[in-house]
Amino acid sequence: MTSLPKVRGRIKAAPESTGRRTFIARGAAIAGSLAAASRAHAMDTEPLADPPWTRTLGAPILASPYGVPARYEANVVRRQSPGLTRTAQSSVSFTPLQSLFGIITPSGLHYERHHAGVPDVVPDQHRLLIHGLVRAPRLYTMDDIVRFPSVSRIHFIECGANTGMEWSNVAVPTVQYTHGMLGCSEWTGVPLSVLLDEVGVDRARARFVLAEGADGASLTRTIPLAMALDDVLVVYGQNGEMLRPEQGYPLRLLVPGVQGVSSVKWLRRLEVGDAPWNTREESLHYVDLMPGGIHRQYTWIQEAKSVITSPSGGQLLLDRGYHEIRGLAWSGRGKVRRVDVSTDGGRNWRTAKLQPPILPKALTRFRIDWAWSGAPALLQSRVIDETGYVQPSIRELRAVRGTRSIYHNNAIQTWRVDAAGDVTNVQIG
Amino acid sequence: MCRSASVARVIAAAAIAAVASLAHADTALRYGFGTPATAVEISGWDIDVRPDGAGLPEGRGSVAEGQAIYDAKCATCHGTFGESTDYMAIAGGVGSLASDAPMRTTGSKLNYATTLFDYIRRAMPFNAPKSLSTNEVYALTAYVLNLNDIVPADAVLDRRALIAVRMPNRDGFTTQHGFMRADGRPDTHATACMTNCTNDVRLLSQIPEYARNSHGDIAEQTARGRTNVATANVEPTAAGGAGMELATRSGCLACHGIDKGIVGPAFTEVARRYRGDATAAAKLVRKVQEGGAGSFGAAAMPPQNASVADIRVIVDWILHRLQ
Repeated sequence: MTSLPKVRGRIKAAPESTGRRTFIARGAAIAGSLAAASRAHAMDTEPLADPPWTRTLGAPILASPYGVPARYEANVVRRQSPGLTRTAQSSVSFTPLQSLFGIITPSGLHYERHHAGVPDVVPDQHRLLIHGLVRAPRLYTMDDIVRFPSVSRIHFIECGANTGMEWSNVAVPTVQYTHGMLGCSEWTGVPLSVLLDEVGVDRARARFVLAEGADGASLTRTIPLAMALDDVLVVYGQNGEMLRPEQGYPLRLLVPGVQGVSSVKWLRRLEVGDAPWNTREESLHYVDLMPGGIHRQYTWIQEAKSVITSPSGGQLLLDRGYHEIRGLAWSGRGKVRRVDVSTDGGRNWRTAKLQPPILPKALTRFRIDWAWSGAPALLQSRVIDETGYVQPSIRELRAVRGTRSIYHNNAIQTWRVDAAGDVTNVQIG
Repeated sequence: MCRSASVARVIAAAAIAAVASLAHADTALRYGFGTPATAVEISGWDIDVRPDGAGLPEGRGSVAEGQAIYDAKCATCHGTFGESTDYMAIAGGVGSLASDAPMRTTGSKLNYATTLFDYIRRAMPFNAPKSLSTNEVYALTAYVLNLNDIVPADAVLDRRALIAVRMPNRDGFTTQHGFMRADGRPDTHATACMTNCTNDVRLLSQIPEYARNSHGDIAEQTARGRTNVATANVEPTAAGGAGMELATRSGCLACHGIDKGIVGPAFTEVARRYRGDATAAAKLVRKVQEGGAGSFGAAAMPPQNASVADIRVIVDWILHRLQ
């Protein structure tokens, strides 16, 4: 960075008034805010005043026994995409990535995907049954599960359909809707390998494990045994506390790096078998339609992907000058090796800083300095994971997979900044 | 009732097993937590069915029997002929998957009829999963296959007949791709060019100006540290409370929106219809219990299992809190 302008960059979703914006109103808002800023400087001749909260007692302890965010953050919530689903029980809500920092998704903001609503599972009545090709079929209470040797690991969960609305064209306005079927938590539980060893899995014949939920849908998914014995966890803890109901309370599977549906929530049963089950969620859904009419089945892995979360769609750059471009990168194949950022639509790229820790199959935060000149810009990020895989453009993806596959859209995202500072979702090629 | 009985059975079994393990600990187990699962216990939850037919129970059902069940319990959501696209359509579209307008339906997409049986048995009807008998599941499977012209109108399905069904899209799936293993081979091969990578940057797609607010006020959604929060946290109070909670928990909102119709009418519409009608509460309680049709259109409402006390709270909420 050679010559950064003196005025600091500020991002706002201005104008503060709600409702639809027009070019005239937006222009006026910018002019107004700049004028106000310079006026404020000129008038700073009074001593700093003490605001009301400085001159009174605050709330006592336990005003909120389970703490909640400041009331000024009430707009930082999960949201649904209007018209996407027909019922609220079989539906999805999206994480507000535009409002979050770091790599951990607050538990209450982790996206939801349910197939028959959130069940009210009574923990001391919940059981985990493990059976099939095992020496000793076994039934476990939650107390039993928690007694086993435990581990904590940070992993992302991304729905296979994340960014699925954008295969053909731009469809949604903000990063919450384009990439918000994504969360990352510290998960605590028992390695599935420990449980499978305990019950004596028949290694000569066993090839797959079926995981089943205790919700109304009793959702089922096939997990390959090699994966099950590698890094799959049976999880009860999320970010230091018990799982939230929406995340599978009291017990869920966690299949790192694999599309979210495999991390079966409200886990009640694991059956070891010698062939995949071809369940409804791996034949009618969660299969990828290719040109020519063939579906790819058992498309488990989430390939490397990244997105800039700030500046991003719906935001407004109020000032020219310094802005830190911030974003997230992740790979279902391991660690993030590098993230490059372009501000000119992919003509030229610079390598961003990665914020440690850089963990396998976890979100990684990247940042890079940017001085906005006031000219229109096209912001993109591109991740390279530890296997050397480079995140593709939407054009490269479509060339192989067409536009009908719904799942596994990991294309480079483009945000356009126009001369007025308005940031919108676009696709370029 | 079924569920609590099975829970009681599990608890009883656990108690017996706990006593047993005191007598002789299972030395083959490293930790020995939990209890042995008996074949009888496992049979209560082991309901999965594989494409080779493993797991299919004994039983039978005809297309005609299936039609009667379907019309009563399924048609409100899926359409009389399985044509409704409100949810994934059940019938139609066979052979369309390779076209520019693929119709993804149970008939056009599914590869094995056993999966249809498995799914109906575990997850349908949407508001009362696991309420169907084995014979009813065979019958419904037969009817859905008949809606797709895969089995004839006089077909009767049992274990053997179901395994023999060949779905139109049997060969429409492949596992020849790089997504099954972390070290699988990717199908794109982008390179990480750094400078002068392209001279041709064209705009392919953007959100039309008129659709900018299709997801609500996106300025509000991306703002930080709002001070004008006076209304931000406040849900409409009329929509809250015990009635709302019960309606949500009982699955009413799957078919009725608060202020917009889904399969059934919006609750506010029901409230408007019966405003000032002193007999409305009794009428509606009976209707929820017994089901009905015709008041708000052709879609029939199936009978609901909720308790009378709960239904009264929900009806009171609809009639008196939502106006």
